[in-house]
Amino acid sequence: MSDFEKKFLEFKNKLNGTQDSKEIESIKTDIFSKNGFINSQFKKLGSLPEDEKKIFASSINKAKQELLEIFRAKATEVSDKDLNEKIKKEKIDVTLPEKEFKIGKIHPVSQVIDEISCIFSEIGFSVEEGPDVENDYNNFTALNTPEDHPAKDMHDTFYLDENMKTLLRTHTSPVQVRTMLKGKPPFKIIAPGRTYRSDSDQTHTPMFHQLEGLHIDKNINMGHLKGCLNYFIKEFFEVDKIKMRFRPSHFPFTEPSAEVDIGYRIENNKIIIGEGNKWLEILGCGMVHPNVLKNCKVDSKVYQGFAFGIGIDRLAMLKYGINDLRSFFECDYRWLNYYGFDPLDVPTNYRGLSK
Amino acid sequence: MKFTKDWLDIHLKTNKSESQIIQKLNSIGLEVEKVEPVKNELSDFIVAKIIKVNKHPNADRLKLCDVDIGKKDTLKVVCGAPNARDGLLTIYAPPGSVIPKNGMKLEVSKIRGETSYGMLCSESELKLSNESEGIIDLNDKYKTKIGKSFFGEKKGKNVIELSITPNRPDCLGVRGIARDLSASNFGKLKEQRKSKVKKNIKHNLKIKIEKNKNQACSIFGSCIIKNIKNTESPGWLKNRILALGLRPISAVVDITNYVMFDLNRPLHAYDLDKIKNKITVRNSKKGESFKALDNKNYTLDKDMCVIADDEGVLGLGGIIGGERSGTEIHTKNILLESAYFDPTIIRKTAKKLDLNSDAKFRFERGVDPQSVTAGLDSALELILEICGGEVSKLDVQQTKKFKDLEIKFDPKMVTNTVGTNINTNEIKKILSNLGFTIKSKGKFLNVKVPSWRPDIFGEIDLVEEVIRIIGFEKIKSIEPVKKRTKPTLNFFQKHFHLAQRSVASKGYLETITWSFTDEKINNKFKEKLESVKIVNPISSDLNVLRNSLYPNLIFYLEKNLNRGFGDQALFEIGPTFTGKKPGQQITVVCGIKKQFIDEDDNLKKNDLVDVFHIKKDLVQSLTELEINKEDFRVEENTPSYYHPGVSGSIVSKDGNLVLGYFGALHPKIISNTFGFEIFLENLVEYKAKNKKTKESLTFSDYQKSDRDFAFLVNKDTRAQDLTEVIQNIDKNLIKEIKIFDVYQGENIPSDKKSIALKVTIQSDHKTLNESDLTNISKKIVSTVEEKTGAKLRS
Repeated sequence: MSDFEKKFLEFKNKLNGTQDSKEIESIKTDIFSKNGFINSQFKKLGSLPEDEKKIFASSINKAKQELLEIFRAKATEVSDKDLNEKIKKEKIDVTLPEKEFKIGKIHPVSQVIDEISCIFSEIGFSVEEGPDVENDYNNFTALNTPEDHPAKDMHDTFYLDENMKTLLRTHTSPVQVRTMLKGKPPFKIIAPGRTYRSDSDQTHTPMFHQLEGLHIDKNINMGHLKGCLNYFIKEFFEVDKIKMRFRPSHFPFTEPSAEVDIGYRIENNKIIIGEGNKWLEILGCGMVHPNVLKNCKVDSKVYQGFAFGIGIDRLAMLKYGINDLRSFFECDYRWLNYYGFDPLDVPTNYRGLSK
Repeated sequence: MKFTKDWLDIHLKTNKSESQIIQKLNSIGLEVEKVEPVKNELSDFIVAKIIKVNKHPNADRLKLCDVDIGKKDTLKVVCGAPNARDGLLTIYAPPGSVIPKNGMKLEVSKIRGETSYGMLCSESELKLSNESEGIIDLNDKYKTKIGKSFFGEKKGKNVIELSITPNRPDCLGVRGIARDLSASNFGKLKEQRKSKVKKNIKHNLKIKIEKNKNQACSIFGSCIIKNIKNTESPGWLKNRILALGLRPISAVVDITNYVMFDLNRPLHAYDLDKIKNKITVRNSKKGESFKALDNKNYTLDKDMCVIADDEGVLGLGGIIGGERSGTEIHTKNILLESAYFDPTIIRKTAKKLDLNSDAKFRFERGVDPQSVTAGLDSALELILEICGGEVSKLDVQQTKKFKDLEIKFDPKMVTNTVGTNINTNEIKKILSNLGFTIKSKGKFLNVKVPSWRPDIFGEIDLVEEVIRIIGFEKIKSIEPVKKRTKPTLNFFQKHFHLAQRSVASKGYLETITWSFTDEKINNKFKEKLESVKIVNPISSDLNVLRNSLYPNLIFYLEKNLNRGFGDQALFEIGPTFTGKKPGQQITVVCGIKKQFIDEDDNLKKNDLVDVFHIKKDLVQSLTELEINKEDFRVEENTPSYYHPGVSGSIVSKDGNLVLGYFGALHPKIISNTFGFEIFLENLVEYKAKNKKTKESLTFSDYQKSDRDFAFLVNKDTRAQDLTEVIQNIDKNLIKEIKIFDVYQGENIPSDKKSIALKVTIQSDHKTLNESDLTNISKKIVSTVEEKTGAKLRS
């Protein structure tokens, strides 16, 4: 056995015998570094005769290849072993709490406004707004409310001046007036918003939310009104059928006027909308009074149409089983968390209104 | 408005049942609010059992009884009867009931210091016998009837209560309801009987309506009845009065009430002998006063309509009579009044005096001016029948003529409004059944409005009458067309919607709070704005419109803290008010965050909320609203409700618009709480002005290099000043500047601090070589040193 072969075997055994990554590295240096085993053998080539040169060179290369393979295998083996040992030590208690996160919520009234906008968007209504502070002309006079109507009492309306000229709007109907005065027919709008009445008890809050609807065009009649509301209620409550009843009523700004009841029943203390033989009043509507059109510079000989007003809070209560209107505005942390909606849960027409 | 089916039958010949009628009333706009069994005088008296008799602490002869009246809890009733004992079955009279023997109305009262809820009755008190020794001792048969009415309720007889809309005063009388039903094919309206009363004696009381400015009275009809025998009303009349929820008083008073509810025709009876000389209907003088039938004294303003005699005010016309001339059970001679008063003036007077009465309720809505004599005749007949007497001729003073309105009506309007074809004959039939007189004139109808319908002014009112009677269910529903010609939301509304959901997604709970708030709290947030006061607030602590969203948010945050919720993030998006004129309001998104710090919570200690958390929430939301960092700068001046050293404002790059504020709230207001505000109108205005179109994406694949710098700067130098200077050196090459350390302390002079930042440099055109990088680095150092006075730390 030549010296070369002896050395080769020695390195081979050394590599095979070790389990230590540092030792592997040092053996690697001994073999492959500039002055290491392999290079020192190549240096010997120069002094050899031509015919031996070739044979010896080939043996060095073979040895180099073999050692390299052993080294790689060993390195992998040892590093795997080391990693496995390290992993064994890294076991942690994953039942400890995750990093804290907070889920925000959208208020049910906001969610319901979005649902309503989504429904009316489908049939071509766009959203209009008006200020919370109104003058008595837009809130009452233009809407054909008689001068001495009880709604104008201090008992009912919040005023910002003693002359009772500026007030907090008592309904969203002044948005009708503003919309018609600033534009030209046709009009097809909904107007959600805050409204105010001097009322505070079990079922009334001094501020609440209303949705106004207005559709004025040539040849719009009560059939359209019925169809529109029927569509809305069905879509909103996400039911196929809805029992609905129009009852004649009286509002100064519409004529004929009606109140709309929907059928319901109580099952296991829960209200089921759309069926049953009880009636629940949910909105007021009618054909816009010619006097209102006149006040809003719309020619009632050419144009007519309908308007409606819905209590948004009440719709939210019905749809989402909330019992107490006052709780909407009390900001109770538990309530907001429980009845609020995930901000990612945006009502859309293709996904559906509610999750 | 209340009535019973048998009362309706007086005016309507119908074979429809009560339940059919109820349904019909709803569908023609006379909303049925309640249907209740008829109450009679005695239905209040309930079978009860004494559970325990206790000694009255302050009176030897009285007892304090625990009484079971069939409810969950027993009641305490004070009783003096010697036979009261444990287990006795007897009759209980609740507060509010009227004792038949003496007409006394019971109230909750204290008897020798002990509160008694009602009374236990003797036979004589209930007029069952003369026995008054002790309370009624019922036999065991009544054991099962505890809580039930002793006299029983009449089965099958109901009071129907309607909620009549203010435009329909005619239906505040049973006859009006009957007329509406007859027009709806629900029977035939009976003719009113012609009066057969002989009016023989002379009407010898002088009556005059004075010509005053805004005189409310325009008709005053009256009649004298002499030698009557006023008495208790007969049973049928008492029952009618009880059905209305009123208390029977005497035949004369009950009859006037009956006619009022029967024909919507208020009447008033005076004791003729108490009237001094003559009657004058005139405006009041300021300071005049009188005692009304409700036992209260009223001092009048100038120009209220009064009925007066030579001694002074007798009553307020159309509202309430006076005590001085009121009828009593022994009244012999009466004057019966049937008048017409102007609705607006009646309403004003009653409102000023805060007075309500059934007569006022009717006059302010409108009583038929042509019903003056019919009302008198109807009452006269009943008075003669029940009380006897001799009747005078009617005297009618009238200062104004009432002419029935005529409307030229195109019947096609019904079809146009309703959308369903309605033929003219049907229209004519409905209107004439409602009392309208119709003459055809070409394609138009000349429609004369009956005097009892003050709500009918024009064609559209007639359309409503027709469709109301036909029924809304006959209208064919038209499916809406699914077509959109205008965007649903405008530019601003889209941002409202996005801002709302963006902030919520940062972990904030959306609240909706009142638009008003407590002035005292609001003052801390209003800055230079004027308080917008509400003249008639719902309560004194909600007396101004809010100038900021913080007052209410902080109020509710603290409420939740008291409920035990330490960690909270709340927000609201809504109006704040900058003035009291319509439109002086802005839309603000305001978030507020409080962290509960638990000293023992080692896991959380490293994650404390500070100003940079709130800034992150704000900047992230702005970024989501597409206001990027390069669009704004941060300034230090903020409103006084923020901590002056730990807050900032976000201002548009051009410096013109405040987009938001953030920071710690001032510790004087609330400790350790952070908040932010976004001013949505400003943001949207800024965005609209600087609309960016999205260019196609290009990015550089050339090597990028980082260079770190540490500058020594004055303590009050702001990081933003450094980064802006560096950014401006070469906007193309300098891709990012990241501050990674701010240091004060050892090795740094006390008035200085060190800011360390990493600048990322990359060209879009080539790989930068070492000398390119050295050049730009040198330029960074020299520019920063020159412009900010900073020194590079070696």
